[in-house]
Amino acid sequence: MDVKTGLFYLFAAVLLFASFRVITARNPVYAALYLVLAFFQASAIWLLLRAEFLAISLVLVYVGAVMVLFLFVVMMLDINVDSLRQGFWKHFPLAAAVGALIALEMAAVLMGGFRLGEAPRAAVAANSSNTLELGKLLYSEYLYPLEIAAVILLVAIIAAIALTLRTRKDSKYVNPADQVRVKARDRVRIVQMSVTRAAEPATEAPVEAAKENKA
Amino acid sequence: MTLTLGHFLSLGAMLFALSVIGIFLNRKNLIVLLMAIELMLLAVNMNFVAFSHFLGDMHGQIFVFFILTVAAAESAIGLALLVLLFRNKSNINVDELNSLKG
Repeated sequence: MDVKTGLFYLFAAVLLFASFRVITARNPVYAALYLVLAFFQASAIWLLLRAEFLAISLVLVYVGAVMVLFLFVVMMLDINVDSLRQGFWKHFPLAAAVGALIALEMAAVLMGGFRLGEAPRAAVAANSSNTLELGKLLYSEYLYPLEIAAVILLVAIIAAIALTLRTRKDSKYVNPADQVRVKARDRVRIVQMSVTRAAEPATEAPVEAAKENKA
Repeated sequence: MTLTLGHFLSLGAMLFALSVIGIFLNRKNLIVLLMAIELMLLAVNMNFVAFSHFLGDMHGQIFVFFILTVAAAESAIGLALLVLLFRNKSNINVDELNSLKG
């Protein structure tokens, strides 16, 4: 058993433990932190498989962006955890049966007659790097899917903003189109009036005073 | 004893089975459901990378790249929906998502 195998077993054990804690943790914050640990272990395993670029981008994209997003959302929402945990173990027999079925089926496939290349074949020439080869493929053969991926990310940005944008009712919001389209005559109204005006005869005040005197 | 493809595929299968169990157990908590989906995608990506390494083919890693992109978009929209749900219903219980029921 060489060093690489030992490292694989270490990373795999920690990965499985972390993912087990993700699905059983009582507090969603702990679940998110264990998910970060799981992603780090998966990244280490991918480094063992010589997928350096993907390992680093897994850490950058998932741990750096997605998990921070998860943590923000978990901390922003005021969740009553106890009501969500009601009947947590009720469906455990069904869940264990389904999980064991999946694992057994995969084990049956892997144990019987799945003998594919025991020794790894070199995907990358010795004088090249994983990132270089990936970039060559990505920008030549997979250029069109790459652009579609960019569009998907744009759609995700717009959808996330449009879903969570909340306009305040008490904000003094002015439509920018109306502001641009405004003319001077809409704002300033010129009233024609004479320069001087004769004073009106002050008749009403004495009449009221006389009324009060009578009363 | 050296590492074979079976090691990595077994790890991926166990990870996938664990996340399926997680979906069954946490069927009320939408946040942990999203996390379990992320774990499932990680298991699938593990298989892709393992096959790519043992077959000497870089196309598998390209697929992992695209899966990462789509998973990031999916989790962003999922969390936006979650925030919207919490704002309207004040909890994230999946059992109460029956507004569209006739």
